[in-house]
Amino acid sequence: MNAAVVAPLLLSLQVAASATLLALVAGIACARALGRRQGWLRDIAESLLTLPLVLPPTVLGYYLLVLLGKQGAIGTWLHERLGIELIFTWQAAVIAAAVAAFPLILRAASAAFADVDVQLEQAARSLGESETRVFLRVSLPLAWRGVLAGALLAFARAMGEFGATLMVAGSLPGRTQTLSIAIYNAVMAGNDDDARTMVMVSLIASVGILVIAARVLGRRQVR
Amino acid sequence: MRIDVDIGKALRAGERRFDLAVKFTSEADVTVLFGPSGAGKTQTLLAIAGLSRPDRGVIRIDERTLFDETRRIDVAARRRRIGFVFQDYALFPHLSVLHNVAFARAGAWPWPRLSRIAHAPADVREIIDAFALGAFLKNHPQQLSGGQRQRVALARALAARPGLLLLDEPFAALDAPLRARLRDELLAVRARFGVPMVVITHDPEDVGALGGRMIRFDEGVVVGDGRADAPAEPTTEAP
Repeated sequence: MNAAVVAPLLLSLQVAASATLLALVAGIACARALGRRQGWLRDIAESLLTLPLVLPPTVLGYYLLVLLGKQGAIGTWLHERLGIELIFTWQAAVIAAAVAAFPLILRAASAAFADVDVQLEQAARSLGESETRVFLRVSLPLAWRGVLAGALLAFARAMGEFGATLMVAGSLPGRTQTLSIAIYNAVMAGNDDDARTMVMVSLIASVGILVIAARVLGRRQVR
Repeated sequence: MRIDVDIGKALRAGERRFDLAVKFTSEADVTVLFGPSGAGKTQTLLAIAGLSRPDRGVIRIDERTLFDETRRIDVAARRRRIGFVFQDYALFPHLSVLHNVAFARAGAWPWPRLSRIAHAPADVREIIDAFALGAFLKNHPQQLSGGQRQRVALARALAARPGLLLLDEPFAALDAPLRARLRDELLAVRARFGVPMVVITHDPEDVGALGGRMIRFDEGVVVGDGRADAPAEPTTEAP
Protein backbone atom coordinates (compact mmCIF):
# COMPACT_ATOMS: atom_id res chain seq x y z
CA MET A 1 0.00 0.00 0.00
CA ASN A 2 1.30 3.42 -0.86
CA ALA A 3 1.53 6.46 1.39
CA ALA A 4 -1.60 7.99 -0.11
CA VAL A 5 -3.54 5.13 1.46
CA VAL A 6 -1.55 4.45 4.64
CA ALA A 7 -1.40 8.02 5.97
CA PRO A 8 -5.19 8.61 5.94
CA LEU A 9 -5.76 5.14 7.42
CA LEU A 10 -3.40 5.75 10.34
CA LEU A 11 -4.88 9.21 10.91
CA SER A 12 -8.40 7.74 10.88
CA LEU A 13 -7.43 5.11 13.45
CA GLN A 14 -5.83 7.78 15.65
CA VAL A 15 -8.83 10.10 15.38
CA ALA A 16 -11.39 7.34 15.90
CA ALA A 17 -9.58 5.88 18.92
CA SER A 18 -9.24 9.30 20.58
CA ALA A 19 -12.84 10.18 19.78
CA THR A 20 -14.10 6.87 21.17
CA LEU A 21 -12.20 7.41 24.41
CA LEU A 22 -13.60 10.93 24.72
CA ALA A 23 -17.13 9.77 23.94
CA LEU A 24 -16.75 6.82 26.32
CA VAL A 25 -15.95 9.03 29.31
CA ALA A 26 -18.68 11.54 28.44
CA GLY A 27 -21.20 8.81 27.60
CA ILE A 28 -20.68 6.89 30.84
CA ALA A 29 -20.84 10.10 32.86
CA CYS A 30 -24.09 11.19 31.18
CA ALA A 31 -25.63 7.72 31.42
CA ARG A 32 -24.84 7.71 35.11
CA ALA A 33 -26.23 11.23 35.59
CA LEU A 34 -29.46 10.24 33.83
CA GLY A 35 -29.37 7.10 35.96
CA ARG A 36 -32.69 5.66 37.02
CA ARG A 37 -34.45 9.02 36.89
CA GLN A 38 -37.78 9.15 35.15
CA GLY A 39 -40.11 11.77 33.77
CA TRP A 40 -40.20 14.63 31.27
CA LEU A 41 -36.89 16.24 32.12
CA ARG A 42 -35.04 12.99 31.66
CA ASP A 43 -36.71 12.38 28.29
CA ILE A 44 -35.85 15.88 27.09
CA ALA A 45 -32.25 15.59 28.27
CA GLU A 46 -31.85 12.19 26.64
CA SER A 47 -33.37 13.43 23.37
CA LEU A 48 -31.03 16.42 23.25
CA LEU A 49 -28.03 14.20 23.94
CA THR A 50 -29.12 11.78 21.20
CA LEU A 51 -29.54 14.58 18.66
CA PRO A 52 -26.08 14.17 17.04
CA LEU A 53 -27.20 10.72 15.91
CA VAL A 54 -30.06 12.03 13.76
CA LEU A 55 -28.85 15.49 12.73
CA PRO A 56 -27.20 15.78 9.31
CA PRO A 57 -23.43 15.76 9.95
CA THR A 58 -23.16 19.12 8.18
CA VAL A 59 -25.52 20.66 10.72
CA LEU A 60 -23.37 19.18 13.46
CA GLY A 61 -20.28 20.62 11.76
CA TYR A 62 -21.93 24.01 11.46
CA TYR A 63 -22.69 24.20 15.16
CA LEU A 64 -19.22 22.96 16.07
CA LEU A 65 -17.78 25.75 13.90
CA VAL A 66 -20.05 28.24 15.64
CA LEU A 67 -18.80 27.01 19.03
CA LEU A 68 -15.15 26.30 18.31
CA GLY A 69 -14.35 28.82 15.57
CA LYS A 70 -12.42 32.02 16.16
CA GLN A 71 -15.65 33.92 16.80
CA GLY A 72 -17.22 31.03 18.68
CA ALA A 73 -17.89 31.03 22.41
CA ILE A 74 -15.44 28.25 23.23
CA GLY A 75 -13.08 29.06 20.37
CA THR A 76 -12.55 32.65 21.54
CA TRP A 77 -11.86 31.54 25.08
CA LEU A 78 -9.40 28.84 23.97
CA HIS A 79 -7.61 31.30 21.68
CA GLU A 80 -7.34 34.17 24.16
CA ARG A 81 -6.61 32.21 27.33
CA LEU A 82 -4.63 29.25 26.07
CA GLY A 83 -3.53 30.32 22.60
CA ILE A 84 -5.14 27.23 21.10
CA GLU A 85 -6.74 27.17 17.69
CA LEU A 86 -8.74 24.04 17.12
CA ILE A 87 -10.19 24.53 13.67
CA PHE A 88 -8.33 22.67 10.88
CA THR A 89 -6.39 20.46 13.31
CA TRP A 90 -6.70 16.72 13.85
CA GLN A 91 -7.97 17.46 17.35
CA ALA A 92 -10.95 19.20 15.77
CA ALA A 93 -11.59 16.01 13.80
CA VAL A 94 -11.51 14.12 17.11
CA ILE A 95 -14.14 16.43 18.60
CA ALA A 96 -16.37 16.13 15.53
CA ALA A 97 -16.11 12.34 15.57
CA ALA A 98 -16.62 12.18 19.34
CA VAL A 99 -19.80 14.26 19.17
CA ALA A 100 -21.13 12.13 16.33
CA ALA A 101 -20.30 8.87 18.15
CA PHE A 102 -21.36 9.97 21.64
CA PRO A 103 -25.09 9.04 21.39
CA LEU A 104 -24.21 5.44 20.51
CA ILE A 105 -22.27 5.07 23.74
CA LEU A 106 -24.87 6.96 25.75
CA ARG A 107 -27.66 4.66 24.52
CA ALA A 108 -25.69 1.48 25.09
CA ALA A 109 -24.46 2.58 28.52
CA SER A 110 -27.92 3.75 29.64
CA ALA A 111 -29.42 0.40 28.70
CA ALA A 112 -26.58 -1.53 30.30
CA PHE A 113 -26.77 0.40 33.59
CA ALA A 114 -30.56 0.08 33.66
CA ASP A 115 -30.12 -3.70 33.40
CA VAL A 116 -28.06 -3.86 36.58
CA ASP A 117 -30.18 -5.24 39.42
CA VAL A 118 -30.96 -2.36 41.81
CA GLN A 119 -30.76 -4.78 44.70
CA LEU A 120 -27.08 -5.45 44.03
CA GLU A 121 -26.37 -1.73 44.35
CA GLN A 122 -28.49 -1.62 47.51
CA ALA A 123 -26.52 -4.57 48.90
CA ALA A 124 -23.25 -2.73 48.26
CA ARG A 125 -24.58 0.38 50.02
CA SER A 126 -25.62 -1.63 53.05
CA LEU A 127 -22.09 -3.08 53.10
CA GLY A 128 -20.74 0.43 53.65
CA GLU A 129 -19.82 1.51 50.11
CA SER A 130 -20.04 5.11 48.88
CA GLU A 131 -21.92 5.89 45.65
CA THR A 132 -18.64 6.17 43.70
CA ARG A 133 -17.47 2.80 44.94
CA VAL A 134 -20.86 1.19 44.30
CA PHE A 135 -20.50 2.44 40.74
CA LEU A 136 -16.91 1.23 40.32
CA ARG A 137 -17.31 -2.13 42.06
CA VAL A 138 -20.84 -3.18 41.12
CA SER A 139 -22.60 -1.13 38.43
CA LEU A 140 -19.71 -0.70 35.99
CA PRO A 141 -18.38 -4.29 36.12
CA LEU A 142 -21.90 -5.62 35.54
CA ALA A 143 -22.61 -3.17 32.71
CA TRP A 144 -19.21 -3.13 30.96
CA ARG A 145 -20.20 -5.64 28.29
CA GLY A 146 -23.01 -3.41 27.00
CA VAL A 147 -20.83 -0.32 27.33
CA LEU A 148 -18.04 -2.00 25.36
CA ALA A 149 -20.41 -3.02 22.57
CA GLY A 150 -21.54 0.62 22.37
CA ALA A 151 -17.91 1.75 22.28
CA LEU A 152 -17.19 -0.53 19.31
CA LEU A 153 -20.12 0.88 17.36
CA ALA A 154 -18.95 4.36 18.33
CA PHE A 155 -15.49 3.56 17.00
CA ALA A 156 -16.96 2.42 13.69
CA ARG A 157 -19.09 5.56 13.50
CA ALA A 158 -16.05 7.72 14.29
CA MET A 159 -14.02 5.96 11.57
CA GLY A 160 -16.72 6.82 9.04
CA GLU A 161 -17.27 10.45 10.09
CA PHE A 162 -17.24 12.72 7.04
CA GLY A 163 -19.45 15.81 7.00
CA ALA A 164 -18.76 17.36 10.38
CA THR A 165 -15.07 16.47 10.14
CA LEU A 166 -14.72 18.13 6.77
CA MET A 167 -16.30 21.33 8.10
CA VAL A 168 -14.22 21.73 11.25
CA ALA A 169 -10.95 20.01 10.26
CA GLY A 170 -10.89 20.41 6.51
CA SER A 171 -8.95 18.06 4.26
CA LEU A 172 -5.26 18.77 4.74
CA PRO A 173 -3.34 15.74 3.42
CA GLY A 174 -1.29 14.12 6.17
CA ARG A 175 -2.79 16.36 8.85
CA THR A 176 -6.57 16.23 8.82
CA GLN A 177 -7.38 14.11 5.80
CA THR A 178 -9.04 11.03 7.26
CA LEU A 179 -9.80 7.87 5.31
CA SER A 180 -13.38 8.74 4.40
CA ILE A 181 -12.35 12.20 3.22
CA ALA A 182 -9.38 10.78 1.30
CA ILE A 183 -11.73 8.39 -0.49
CA TYR A 184 -13.90 11.32 -1.61
CA ASN A 185 -10.86 13.24 -2.81
CA ALA A 186 -9.42 10.22 -4.63
CA VAL A 187 -12.68 9.61 -6.48
CA MET A 188 -13.01 13.28 -7.39
CA ALA A 189 -9.41 13.35 -8.63
CA GLY A 190 -9.86 10.15 -10.63
CA ASN A 191 -7.36 8.08 -8.59
CA ASP A 192 -9.43 4.93 -8.97
CA ASP A 193 -6.75 2.53 -7.66
CA ASP A 194 -6.27 4.45 -4.42
CA ALA A 195 -10.02 4.83 -4.01
CA ARG A 196 -10.60 1.11 -4.51
CA THR A 197 -7.94 0.15 -1.97
CA MET A 198 -9.20 2.61 0.63
CA VAL A 199 -12.79 1.48 0.17
CA MET A 200 -11.74 -2.14 0.69
CA VAL A 201 -9.74 -1.23 3.81
CA SER A 202 -12.70 0.71 5.15
CA LEU A 203 -15.08 -2.14 4.45
CA ILE A 204 -12.87 -4.75 6.11
CA ALA A 205 -12.37 -2.57 9.17
CA SER A 206 -16.12 -1.98 9.55
CA VAL A 207 -17.04 -5.64 9.17
CA GLY A 208 -14.31 -6.58 11.65
CA ILE A 209 -15.65 -4.16 14.23
CA LEU A 210 -19.21 -5.40 13.80
CA VAL A 211 -18.11 -9.01 14.20
CA ILE A 212 -16.20 -8.17 17.40
CA ALA A 213 -19.20 -6.21 18.74
CA ALA A 214 -21.48 -9.17 18.09
CA ARG A 215 -19.05 -11.50 19.85
CA VAL A 216 -18.82 -9.18 22.85
CA LEU A 217 -22.59 -8.93 23.20
CA GLY A 218 -23.31 -12.50 22.23
CA ARG A 219 -21.00 -14.26 24.63
CA ARG A 220 -23.16 -15.81 27.27
CA GLN A 221 -23.65 -13.54 30.25
CA VAL A 222 -21.94 -14.96 33.32
CA ARG A 223 -24.77 -14.89 35.82
CA MET B 1 -30.08 -3.25 71.86
CA ARG B 2 -33.28 -1.32 71.55
CA ILE B 3 -34.96 -0.70 68.22
CA ASP B 4 -37.55 2.07 67.95
CA VAL B 5 -39.51 2.32 64.73
CA ASP B 6 -42.35 4.74 64.14
CA ILE B 7 -42.66 5.50 60.45
CA GLY B 8 -45.18 6.25 57.73
CA LYS B 9 -44.92 5.97 53.97
CA ALA B 10 -47.40 6.05 51.11
CA LEU B 11 -46.78 3.00 48.94
CA ARG B 12 -47.94 1.99 45.53
CA ALA B 13 -47.74 -1.60 44.33
CA GLY B 14 -49.18 -1.76 40.85
CA GLU B 15 -52.83 -0.71 41.08
CA ARG B 16 -52.92 -1.06 44.82
CA ARG B 17 -52.06 1.86 47.09
CA PHE B 18 -51.69 1.65 50.80
CA ASP B 19 -50.27 3.57 53.67
CA LEU B 20 -47.51 2.06 55.69
CA ALA B 21 -47.89 3.14 59.33
CA VAL B 22 -45.59 1.03 61.42
CA LYS B 23 -44.79 1.52 65.08
CA PHE B 24 -42.96 -0.92 67.31
CA THR B 25 -40.22 -1.18 69.87
CA SER B 26 -38.10 -4.22 70.52
CA GLU B 27 -35.24 -5.01 72.86
CA ALA B 28 -35.10 -8.68 71.94
CA ASP B 29 -32.07 -10.44 70.42
CA VAL B 30 -34.32 -11.74 67.67
CA THR B 31 -37.27 -9.71 66.48
CA VAL B 32 -39.59 -11.48 64.06
CA LEU B 33 -41.74 -9.44 61.69
CA PHE B 34 -44.63 -11.75 60.87
CA GLY B 35 -47.54 -11.33 58.48
CA PRO B 36 -48.88 -12.01 55.00
CA SER B 37 -46.90 -10.84 51.97
CA GLY B 38 -47.67 -7.29 50.93
CA ALA B 39 -48.18 -6.22 54.55
CA GLY B 40 -45.24 -3.80 54.48
CA LYS B 41 -42.63 -5.93 56.26
CA THR B 42 -39.97 -5.56 53.58
CA GLN B 43 -40.58 -1.81 53.30
CA THR B 44 -40.09 -1.53 57.06
CA LEU B 45 -36.84 -3.46 56.87
CA LEU B 46 -35.57 -1.35 53.95
CA ALA B 47 -36.38 1.80 55.92
CA ILE B 48 -34.41 0.57 58.94
CA ALA B 49 -31.44 -0.18 56.67
CA GLY B 50 -31.68 3.26 55.04
CA LEU B 51 -32.37 1.76 51.60
CA SER B 52 -35.82 3.31 51.37
CA ARG B 53 -36.81 6.68 52.78
CA PRO B 54 -40.01 6.91 54.87
CA ASP B 55 -42.27 9.95 54.38
CA ARG B 56 -42.40 10.67 58.08
CA GLY B 57 -41.44 9.35 61.47
CA VAL B 58 -38.44 8.26 63.49
CA ILE B 59 -36.05 5.31 63.48
CA ARG B 60 -33.76 4.94 66.46
CA ILE B 61 -31.35 2.24 67.53
CA ASP B 62 -30.39 2.60 71.17
CA GLU B 63 -29.60 6.30 71.52
CA ARG B 64 -28.65 6.74 67.86
CA THR B 65 -31.22 8.42 65.64
CA LEU B 66 -30.96 7.00 62.12
CA PHE B 67 -33.96 8.81 60.72
CA ASP B 68 -36.05 11.67 61.99
CA GLU B 69 -38.15 13.47 59.45
CA THR B 70 -38.93 16.53 61.61
CA ARG B 71 -35.26 16.98 62.56
CA ARG B 72 -34.15 16.24 58.98
CA ILE B 73 -31.92 13.39 60.04
CA ASP B 74 -31.36 10.63 57.50
CA VAL B 75 -28.17 8.68 58.05
CA ALA B 76 -26.87 7.18 54.78
CA ALA B 77 -27.24 3.41 54.47
CA ARG B 78 -23.49 2.96 54.30
CA ARG B 79 -23.02 4.68 57.66
CA ARG B 80 -25.74 2.80 59.55
CA ARG B 81 -23.71 -0.39 60.09
CA ILE B 82 -26.78 -2.48 59.49
CA GLY B 83 -26.40 -5.74 57.59
CA PHE B 84 -29.10 -6.73 55.13
CA VAL B 85 -29.72 -10.23 53.80
CA PHE B 86 -32.04 -9.95 50.80
CA GLN B 87 -34.74 -12.49 50.08
CA ASP B 88 -32.97 -13.71 46.96
CA TYR B 89 -29.59 -12.94 48.54
CA ALA B 90 -28.40 -10.35 45.96
CA LEU B 91 -24.94 -11.90 45.73
CA PHE B 92 -22.60 -10.15 43.30
CA PRO B 93 -22.64 -12.38 40.20
CA HIS B 94 -19.32 -11.05 38.90
CA LEU B 95 -17.39 -11.88 42.07
CA SER B 96 -16.18 -15.12 43.59
CA VAL B 97 -17.49 -16.34 46.94
CA LEU B 98 -14.35 -15.02 48.62
CA HIS B 99 -14.75 -11.58 47.08
CA ASN B 100 -18.45 -11.55 47.93
CA VAL B 101 -17.79 -12.35 51.57
CA ALA B 102 -14.86 -9.94 51.88
CA PHE B 103 -16.62 -7.21 49.83
CA ALA B 104 -17.01 -4.78 52.72
CA ARG B 105 -13.37 -5.23 53.72
CA ALA B 106 -11.68 -4.37 50.43
CA GLY B 107 -9.82 -1.33 51.74
CA ALA B 108 -9.20 1.95 49.98
CA TRP B 109 -8.55 0.60 46.48
CA PRO B 110 -11.91 -0.31 44.94
CA TRP B 111 -10.55 -3.38 43.16
CA PRO B 112 -9.06 -5.59 45.86
CA ARG B 113 -6.26 -7.94 44.88
CA LEU B 114 -7.41 -10.45 47.44
CA SER B 115 -6.54 -13.59 45.53
CA ARG B 116 -6.19 -16.00 48.41
CA ILE B 117 -8.02 -16.54 51.64
CA ALA B 118 -4.70 -16.12 53.48
CA HIS B 119 -4.86 -12.41 52.63
CA ALA B 120 -8.27 -11.96 54.21
CA PRO B 121 -8.57 -10.38 57.66
CA ALA B 122 -8.64 -12.89 60.53
CA ASP B 123 -12.29 -12.33 61.40
CA VAL B 124 -13.31 -12.80 57.75
CA ARG B 125 -11.46 -16.14 57.76
CA GLU B 126 -13.31 -17.06 60.93
CA ILE B 127 -16.65 -16.25 59.30
CA ILE B 128 -15.71 -18.33 56.25
CA ASP B 129 -14.92 -21.24 58.57
CA ALA B 130 -18.11 -20.77 60.55
CA PHE B 131 -20.19 -21.09 57.38
CA ALA B 132 -18.08 -23.91 55.95
CA LEU B 133 -17.42 -21.94 52.76
CA GLY B 134 -13.76 -22.93 52.44
CA ALA B 135 -14.40 -25.33 49.57
CA PHE B 136 -16.30 -22.82 47.40
CA LEU B 137 -14.20 -19.69 47.69
CA LYS B 138 -13.25 -19.59 44.02
CA ASN B 139 -16.77 -20.40 42.81
CA HIS B 140 -19.23 -17.80 41.60
CA PRO B 141 -22.67 -17.47 43.21
CA GLN B 142 -24.48 -18.96 40.22
CA GLN B 143 -22.57 -22.22 40.77
CA LEU B 144 -23.90 -22.63 44.32
CA SER B 145 -26.99 -24.31 45.72
CA GLY B 146 -29.70 -22.30 47.46
CA GLY B 147 -28.47 -23.17 50.94
CA GLN B 148 -24.88 -22.27 50.04
CA ARG B 149 -25.99 -18.95 48.59
CA GLN B 150 -27.80 -18.12 51.79
CA ARG B 151 -24.67 -18.88 53.79
CA VAL B 152 -22.61 -16.62 51.53
CA ALA B 153 -25.17 -13.83 51.93
CA LEU B 154 -25.08 -14.17 55.71
CA ALA B 155 -21.29 -14.35 55.77
CA ARG B 156 -21.02 -11.28 53.52
CA ALA B 157 -23.30 -9.27 55.80
CA LEU B 158 -21.47 -10.36 58.97
CA ALA B 159 -18.04 -9.60 57.50
CA ALA B 160 -19.03 -5.91 57.42
CA ARG B 161 -19.26 -6.12 61.24
CA PRO B 162 -22.82 -4.81 61.51
CA GLY B 163 -24.41 -3.78 64.79
CA LEU B 164 -27.73 -5.19 63.61
CA LEU B 165 -28.63 -7.78 61.01
CA LEU B 166 -31.82 -7.61 58.95
CA LEU B 167 -33.04 -10.70 57.12
CA ASP B 168 -35.85 -10.58 54.56
CA GLU B 169 -37.58 -13.99 54.34
CA PRO B 170 -34.27 -15.82 54.69
CA PHE B 171 -35.83 -19.26 54.21
CA ALA B 172 -38.49 -18.54 51.59
CA ALA B 173 -36.43 -19.86 48.67
CA LEU B 174 -35.52 -23.15 50.38
CA ASP B 175 -37.27 -26.50 50.73
CA ALA B 176 -38.57 -27.68 54.10
CA PRO B 177 -35.69 -29.89 55.37
CA LEU B 178 -33.08 -27.31 54.41
CA ARG B 179 -35.22 -24.61 55.98
CA ALA B 180 -35.17 -26.35 59.37
CA ARG B 181 -31.40 -26.83 59.19
CA LEU B 182 -30.69 -23.23 58.24
CA ARG B 183 -33.00 -21.98 61.00
CA ASP B 184 -30.80 -23.78 63.51
CA GLU B 185 -27.73 -22.39 61.79
CA LEU B 186 -29.08 -18.87 62.00
CA LEU B 187 -29.63 -19.24 65.75
CA ALA B 188 -26.10 -20.64 66.09
CA VAL B 189 -24.77 -17.60 64.18
CA ARG B 190 -26.68 -15.32 66.52
CA ALA B 191 -25.16 -17.01 69.53
CA ARG B 192 -21.65 -17.03 68.06
CA PHE B 193 -21.42 -13.52 66.66
CA GLY B 194 -23.78 -11.90 69.19
CA VAL B 195 -25.43 -9.66 66.61
CA PRO B 196 -29.11 -8.79 67.15
CA MET B 197 -31.44 -9.68 64.29
CA VAL B 198 -34.70 -8.60 62.77
CA VAL B 199 -36.15 -11.41 60.65
CA ILE B 200 -39.11 -11.27 58.28
CA THR B 201 -41.22 -14.34 57.77
CA HIS B 202 -44.73 -15.35 56.79
CA ASP B 203 -44.20 -18.92 58.02
CA PRO B 204 -45.65 -19.57 61.52
CA GLU B 205 -43.10 -22.37 61.97
CA ASP B 206 -40.25 -19.86 61.69
CA VAL B 207 -41.87 -17.73 64.36
CA GLY B 208 -41.95 -20.57 66.87
CA ALA B 209 -38.44 -21.78 66.08
CA LEU B 210 -36.70 -18.40 66.13
CA GLY B 211 -38.31 -17.26 69.38
CA GLY B 212 -37.72 -13.72 70.58
CA ARG B 213 -40.21 -10.98 70.01
CA MET B 214 -42.86 -11.11 67.33
CA ILE B 215 -44.31 -8.07 65.61
CA ARG B 216 -47.42 -8.96 63.64
CA PHE B 217 -48.09 -7.02 60.43
CA ASP B 218 -51.20 -6.68 58.34
CA GLU B 219 -52.12 -4.19 55.61
CA GLY B 220 -49.22 -1.88 56.39
CA VAL B 221 -49.77 -1.61 60.13
CA VAL B 222 -48.63 -3.46 63.25
CA VAL B 223 -51.64 -5.36 64.53
CA GLY B 224 -50.09 -7.01 67.53
CA ASP B 225 -46.91 -8.08 69.22
CA GLY B 226 -45.81 -10.49 71.83
CA ARG B 227 -43.48 -13.34 72.56
CA ALA B 228 -42.77 -15.27 69.40
CA ASP B 229 -43.01 -18.70 71.03
CA ALA B 230 -46.58 -17.87 72.10
CA PRO B 231 -48.06 -16.21 69.03
CA ALA B 232 -50.49 -13.42 69.78
CA GLU B 233 -54.14 -13.92 69.06
CA PRO B 234 -55.17 -12.52 65.70
CA THR B 235 -56.50 -9.06 66.17
CA THR B 236 -58.16 -6.59 63.84
CA GLU B 237 -57.70 -3.43 65.86
CA ALA B 238 -55.51 -0.76 64.35
CA PRO B 239 -52.86 0.88 66.54
